Amino acid sequence: MSVFVDDDTRVVVQGITGGEGKFHTEQMLEYGTNVVAGAVPGKGGQEVAGVPVYDTVDQAVDAENANASVVFVPPAFAGDAIFEALDTDLDLVVAITEGVPTQDMAKVNKRLSEVDTSLIGPNCPGIITPGEAKLGILPGNIFEAGNVGLVSRSGTLTYQVVSNLTDRGIGQTTAIGIGGDPIIGTSFIDALEAFEADAATDAVAMCGEIGGEDEEQAAAYIDEHMDTPVAGFIAGRTAPPGKRMGHAGAIVSGSGTGTAESKISALNDAGVPVGDTPSEVAEAIEELL
Amino acid sequence: MRLHEFQAKEIFEEAGIPVPESKLADSVEGVVDAVDEIGFPAAVKAQVHVGGRGKAGGIKIATSEDEAREAAEDILGMELKGYTVDRVLVEQGVDFDDEYYVGVTMDRGAGEPVAMVSTKGGVDIEAVAEEDPDAIAQEHIDPAFGLQSYQARKVVYDAGVPAEYAREVSSILSTLYELYEANDASDIEINPVMITADDDVIAADAVMNIDEDALFRQQDLADMEEDSYQNDLERKAGEYGFDYVRLSGNTGIIGNGAGLVMATLDLVDHYGGTPANFLDVGGGAKADRIGNALDMVFADENVESVVFNIFGGITRGDEVAKGINEALEDFDEIPKPVVVRLAGTNAEEGMEILNTDLVQVEATLEDAVQRAVTNAEEVAQ
Repeated sequence: MSVFVDDDTRVVVQGITGGEGKFHTEQMLEYGTNVVAGAVPGKGGQEVAGVPVYDTVDQAVDAENANASVVFVPPAFAGDAIFEALDTDLDLVVAITEGVPTQDMAKVNKRLSEVDTSLIGPNCPGIITPGEAKLGILPGNIFEAGNVGLVSRSGTLTYQVVSNLTDRGIGQTTAIGIGGDPIIGTSFIDALEAFEADAATDAVAMCGEIGGEDEEQAAAYIDEHMDTPVAGFIAGRTAPPGKRMGHAGAIVSGSGTGTAESKISALNDAGVPVGDTPSEVAEAIEELL
Repeated sequence: MRLHEFQAKEIFEEAGIPVPESKLADSVEGVVDAVDEIGFPAAVKAQVHVGGRGKAGGIKIATSEDEAREAAEDILGMELKGYTVDRVLVEQGVDFDDEYYVGVTMDRGAGEPVAMVSTKGGVDIEAVAEEDPDAIAQEHIDPAFGLQSYQARKVVYDAGVPAEYAREVSSILSTLYELYEANDASDIEINPVMITADDDVIAADAVMNIDEDALFRQQDLADMEEDSYQNDLERKAGEYGFDYVRLSGNTGIIGNGAGLVMATLDLVDHYGGTPANFLDVGGGAKADRIGNALDMVFADENVESVVFNIFGGITRGDEVAKGINEALEDFDEIPKPVVVRLAGTNAEEGMEILNTDLVQVEATLEDAVQRAVTNAEEVAQ
């Protein structure tokens, strides 16, 4: 069992002919993901790593029966690419692109509320169900199949926590990087809801960071709706207010909303242990199992 | 990216929002010339990216040429929260009866913009939001359709703006939303909108922040960015294309990925050290970029020790190791001790390449940070 993706997921890669798109298509194929098509306007009829390329997502879906897409399109065109994917009735769209303008994402977010498709990202490492499929840029070799779900706003911090888990012999059902932007598709709550419904997931590790109020809302959700135990980590305790810490969404406002303290105390109040270090999160998960 | 008041006011004026007459000056004589043209009273306002300029002495009112000269001498060259004031806006002073707040920002939780109006303007609006949230009327905007005229009227009436000014204030709000959208702003606000003694409605201040991710399609605004760096280190980071934030500590930090770098800063603090900076080299950094990152961190005179924390996904450990070796081999003497921790893609190859005469290597994040903190303490002594 797993959430969002498994070995039945059939993937179309948007932007497959670009440097990143090509490299990561090869990596996804090597991992065993069913990458069945690429979509790039003007490149229909070509092949990349043995995968047929179509001019539109619609054609790719029709011809290859894809049900998910991964977006590697540059920021200026990523909003449009996500719209195209959302209008093609896919189950899942994973947007890797970093630097999509926020106002483009506000429009995407509006469309998202009108369709049945889920969006992960943008500005995220993607999603992996170890041993079955990976959609994105996560390094497959650090993951192991197991019974812990992982959801995180950050890429490399996810890898850090996963390696701490794997070192302890704890594998993962699915790991989801939801992305570091102010407006994203799948939220912590959406991911937690999926893990709660997944019989194979016995505990969830959740890595948040400063900015916004998603972690506080997730804490309230955990408190009210979850039986599956959760352990957490919040990055950015030492971040000064008013400075964007790399991620567009990682900023403590001048008035003090979005602080690490607020998130940690909300999680603690919901009974979620929060580690001071990434390895303490793995330790907490081990105790919860 | 934040625009200066004079830059935002130029944009507002061009869009038809009434603003007081003003002139930019960078010298005492320039200020005197400006007040001669504008008349008295005149406000002399520091053009720096600092909130609460007035309280900090960055705004002065002049009622005569002597006072204007004195204000210019006081403000030009002064330090405001780390910024040196090198320009002032000289602006026509206005007698006012009332001050309102009008703004548009992105509500991240709702995923759509929100328009806000309050009759309690002229003060810190975030304080108003905290103490008296009902005093700020809000209206969410569907980004696909934009702000409808009725919505602009609604939020203005909801805020309690008197009928005789409602039309002008809602027209200003509608223009603000157009500017917000056209310029990819993340926030745009006027605090205060003044109701003058002559019953005119004018924008006495102007705040405009631009989404940095949209600068590729806002070339005119991007050209203004040069003005917005706080210090030489931030300018250097801009040139190298790093996400960099300077802090006040002595342990320099270089890593890949925002979350992991933040976590590394937190760990430095956790082990009793003080982080000097946030520096994210981004994904897939090659050797020369790693060298630039070291150059960047060594340029900060507060730095006593450096820790590299790289967890390779797209970034390859051997490239990082090569970059560190090349950068450090150029020095006759390594300026400050460097601790390196590599994990993930090609980490083992990287560890083999690393010149351990030049760096200290640690296997885990925790050990690397602890060692860097200890190094910083020892060097500082």
